[in-house]
Amino acid sequence: MSILTLLIICPLLTSVLLLLPKSDKGTKSIALIGSIIQIALTGYITFLYQAIRSAGDKSQMLFESNIVWFSTLHINFHTGVDGISLVMMLLTGFVVLAGVLVSWNIKNQVKEFFFFIMLLSTGAFGFFMSLDLFMLFFFLEIAVVPKYMLIGIWGSGKKENNAMKLALMLMAGSAMVFLGIVGIYFASGYFGPHNTWDILELSKIHLPAEIQRVIYVLTFVGFGVFTAMFPFHTWAPDGHSSAPTAASMFLAGISMKLGGYGCLRVATYLMPTAAKELSWIFIILASIAIVYGAFATLMQKDLKYMNAYSSVSHCGFVVLGIAMLTKTAFAGAVMQMVSHGLMTALFFAAIGMIYDRTHTRMSDQLGGMLKQLPFIGTAFIIAGLCSLGLPGFSGFVSEMTIFTGSWEKAGLFYRVATILACASIVITAVYILRAVGKAIWGTVTNKTYLMLTDATWSERAATILLVVGIVIIGVAPFLFIRLIEPDVQYIINRIIL
Amino acid sequence: MEQVPLAHMLILSTILFFIGIYGFFTRRNMITMLMSTELILNSVNINFVAFNRYLYPHQLEGIFFTLFIIAVAASEVSLAVAIIINIYRKFKTIDIEETDTMKY
Amino acid sequence: MNSDIYILLILLLPLLSFLFIGLSGRKLSTGMAVSVGCLTLITTLIFSIAVAFDYFFVKGSVGGVYAPQIVARFEWLRFSPGMSIDLGLIVDPISVMMLLVITCISTMVNIFSIGYMKGEERLKSYYAYLSLFTFSMLGLVLSINIFQMYIFWELVGISSFLLIGFFFNKPSAIAAAKKAFIVTRFADFGFLIGILILGTGAKTFDFLTLIDRLTHPGVALDSLTGSGFLGMSCLTWALILVFMGGAGKSAMFPLHIWLPDAMEGPTPVSALIHAATMVVAGVFLVARLFPIYSISAPEVLQGIAYIGSFTALFSALIACAQTDIKKVLAYSTISQIGFMMFALGVAGWGEGHDEGFTASMFHLFTHAFFKALLFLCAGSVIHAVHSNEMKDMGGLRKSMPITHITFLLACLAIAGIPPFSGFFSKEAILSAAAHGNPPVFYVGLFTSALTSFYMFRLYFSIFWSKPVDAHAHNHEKGQWAMNIPLILLAIGAVLAGLIPFGKYVSATGKAIELPIHVMFSVLPVCLGLGGILVAAFMYKKQNEIPQKVTKLLGNFYEAAYKKFFIDEIYLFLTHKVIFNLIGRPAAWFDRNVVDGMIQRTGSTSVNTSNAIKNLQSGKLQGYTMYFLGGVIVLVVLILIKFL
Repeated sequence: MSILTLLIICPLLTSVLLLLPKSDKGTKSIALIGSIIQIALTGYITFLYQAIRSAGDKSQMLFESNIVWFSTLHINFHTGVDGISLVMMLLTGFVVLAGVLVSWNIKNQVKEFFFFIMLLSTGAFGFFMSLDLFMLFFFLEIAVVPKYMLIGIWGSGKKENNAMKLALMLMAGSAMVFLGIVGIYFASGYFGPHNTWDILELSKIHLPAEIQRVIYVLTFVGFGVFTAMFPFHTWAPDGHSSAPTAASMFLAGISMKLGGYGCLRVATYLMPTAAKELSWIFIILASIAIVYGAFATLMQKDLKYMNAYSSVSHCGFVVLGIAMLTKTAFAGAVMQMVSHGLMTALFFAAIGMIYDRTHTRMSDQLGGMLKQLPFIGTAFIIAGLCSLGLPGFSGFVSEMTIFTGSWEKAGLFYRVATILACASIVITAVYILRAVGKAIWGTVTNKTYLMLTDATWSERAATILLVVGIVIIGVAPFLFIRLIEPDVQYIINRIIL
Repeated sequence: MEQVPLAHMLILSTILFFIGIYGFFTRRNMITMLMSTELILNSVNINFVAFNRYLYPHQLEGIFFTLFIIAVAASEVSLAVAIIINIYRKFKTIDIEETDTMKY
Repeated sequence: MNSDIYILLILLLPLLSFLFIGLSGRKLSTGMAVSVGCLTLITTLIFSIAVAFDYFFVKGSVGGVYAPQIVARFEWLRFSPGMSIDLGLIVDPISVMMLLVITCISTMVNIFSIGYMKGEERLKSYYAYLSLFTFSMLGLVLSINIFQMYIFWELVGISSFLLIGFFFNKPSAIAAAKKAFIVTRFADFGFLIGILILGTGAKTFDFLTLIDRLTHPGVALDSLTGSGFLGMSCLTWALILVFMGGAGKSAMFPLHIWLPDAMEGPTPVSALIHAATMVVAGVFLVARLFPIYSISAPEVLQGIAYIGSFTALFSALIACAQTDIKKVLAYSTISQIGFMMFALGVAGWGEGHDEGFTASMFHLFTHAFFKALLFLCAGSVIHAVHSNEMKDMGGLRKSMPITHITFLLACLAIAGIPPFSGFFSKEAILSAAAHGNPPVFYVGLFTSALTSFYMFRLYFSIFWSKPVDAHAHNHEKGQWAMNIPLILLAIGAVLAGLIPFGKYVSATGKAIELPIHVMFSVLPVCLGLGGILVAAFMYKKQNEIPQKVTKLLGNFYEAAYKKFFIDEIYLFLTHKVIFNLIGRPAAWFDRNVVDGMIQRTGSTSVNTSNAIKNLQSGKLQGYTMYFLGGVIVLVVLILIKFL
């Protein structure tokens, strides 16, 4: 059994095991242990990966294993990782562990809650390591359904409606993805040696341009729904606002990245000709998302809405980076995915902690949180600073990489898109600082807030975990770039051809 | 002996058929509706026998079918009456409009 | 001795001190934090003096030129071959000079804060932020790479934000902090685009390579000057945008609005960040890229001269009408930075033209001392009086003797009275302007007269004006932490001008002369003295003249007092235009149109299902009816087909 399979089995096993104990405490402990094992495993895989790479192994994917699953339809359980999927898996490990820690104080239906979280984690890990389009889709679906449950059961506000909206929009997205990959499957039979779902085999086949165009648009838009690409982003604000903290963290931290990864790995990598022809559509959409999302954020009073809209804006950078089709921009997009995943998870965690204590998320009803809750307030400020792209945090390096990568593309159209994207850093600063000024600084307005207690050990652990992730990327981006560079090269080579 | 023309037979069966349809549509009593169904079936029987007799007198398929339909109708009636009796026991009525528990 | 390791330590010590104080949590006592903060800075000060000594005297000039040395280099983030953000340390005359200024002022401010911020609850955060600021500012001046500079540029901005907003219980402090960060961020947006244009054009972000490629004819220069946009070449655009970043940080008109508001921060912070160090970053940036500006785009440099001189005059006028002492100092700072900017602007490349460069750096150097001193004195006064308003002060010369004397020295220095430091640097600037650009020279001359007027207006209002209260106790007693930095800085403010600056710092690295022509100096000095006399006449004793003058000036005074309504214009632009015309519609559009469409698909399917639900009535007779209808239709169709 390959070590990657172990990584799928681990969360799956955890999700089953945590149904056994009678007490909530036991359930939580098993979930915690499970997620620690996951992150340790991903860390170990990263270590092995580095070792193998530095030993001179140049093959595109490492730890490959290929098991026949359904031979008539050529579906194989084919797994393997390269640098890009590896960093995404690391991100998953971080966010899952932080999410489990943040949900430590959850009261009702504890078993089911952690069960769904672990199921989500299985889906995400499986998605990132799949080299078979069908398995990729399979895990994508596994990652969708638990979110519906998490929001519908443990959510707040108009939770049923919002859970429904989220699930339906994501389902519509995955339906498009499914159409696209079925198209690839059958086209590969006509234009290649035989029908296949296998990404590595498909990457050697060049489909005719007209087929590529259809499939590119289908898969890019389908995955784009997951990334909250304009104009398919409205599930994000509503879904986040109703979701419990951990679900918000997963939603923005992992689930939106499933889309970005799919856009890169499936749409762009497998359909290079169409990508060159049609990526301008997505550059336009991304630029709109970046600026428009930022402006829409300006007016949000609800902190969760604010962060959700800012996620729309930040994920616009991911789409922009992918659509720009330069090596630097790709690297930036991958970096931005990881960076945004950690940053937004931290943001939602901080907002959730504040909400748990004050029972409001309205920035004008809060105030003086830094004085009352120094730890949580600082966490909020750090997340905000990362979001507005402060050097030293991950947001800066990823945004700058995307900007530089986009600027490499000569031509007025690309320049305007890049300038628009750069302009959003100003607007980001405005809304982040407004939120910090209103909610975190200032004086305590509500007398009941004087009794609040600061973060518990689990919340502290979660925050520190995420901050460490953000700072490592922000201070030592060379580690990150070294990890993903060869794999980005594979993708860009196919596009240049 | 002068034969009754085929057309008369068909006219009879058509009238019978539409009487059945009319009864089926307008009545709300299940027993009446069942009876209407029997009328429809019988009109079909007449058709079968008539066609067989007038057009293909050397073959017997039409007659066979008629016998078959009569047999099926008999069993069907027993089944339907059993259902209706059960409905009556449950709802204290055999009005078709009242028995709408399964609706929606 | 190996000065390289010292330079590294100079940079890293404040960072370590920040991390230590910031991460230590509750266990660390406040006193410990303060001493860590001060001691690290004193160490860095000693190190930077050692480095300066080593650079200028031990290593010395090679063939009469002080060449830049790259002390360390390390690839931090690689975009593509050749294009990377390298972190490193550069040692050249201007960075060494800045090292001295930053560590010196920083140390003074740290010591001063012991007294000024005594009893403050969050003193540890304060010292952590100060260390962070010092680290970022040092990193900025030591940058070898334009992107590295941008990194520290942003870090400086955020530490300024945190320090302005230090008293976050005051809504005005929050607003000022936000404003400072956002206005400079807006300018940084231009800076960033400028960096991208320059970097991709020259295929490098490295300062020395960049300067080399963009000052000598070649592929890089051709690609940037060859292509253009809206009638200007890419190089011009890039340099304008880079200057925009500098103008934001250095509070040049029209991006100056954040600096006066930034006075909401603690006064020592204003002395450090908003007078001596961070606000001159823009000047430093232009000085760093000076060869490109002067050789490849002299037209931009000329624009800088006009913007600088206009800003100098404009803010000097405002300074004359302000009543908050920190506001006066803030506008005076803007005005003095305007001097430095236009000094750079009037300079050119080559022998005999680059006097302005040296003059600008010289003024930056001397200004740091006397302006920091003025702010610290103001801090001392505010600490004693508990107010920022001039009307609450007056007659303080007996109760605050040290503050009084040092303040007077600083005022003389800024007014350009010989032999104080300001005289030398201002003379250099004016003479460079007289050579380079006469209109700018006249503006500069008038502004320097205004400078001495408003500074002495301030001086007389604080220390004279009202009769001395004989019973007032001495406010300064026991405040050694506040007095020592004043005295030390006063020494600097008096003597800094005597350094033969041109010998060490110049655009090309070769020593140049900054001669003092007695004949030339007469006019500015007399104007300065005139300003002092007018101020003495008006403000030494309380009298009616100021009211009369304000009446005479009428609307003009009102406009200057209201800062020429620039704030109102910005407020209109941000709140009315950006929030109401863009933000609100965007949010509305999203909720109602984009999301409305999604919701509409949902509601449409619900409505459709409601509409066709009635077909499934569950009525047997109904179904039969449909069935019959269907049969009839089919029969009719067949009949039509076959008949």
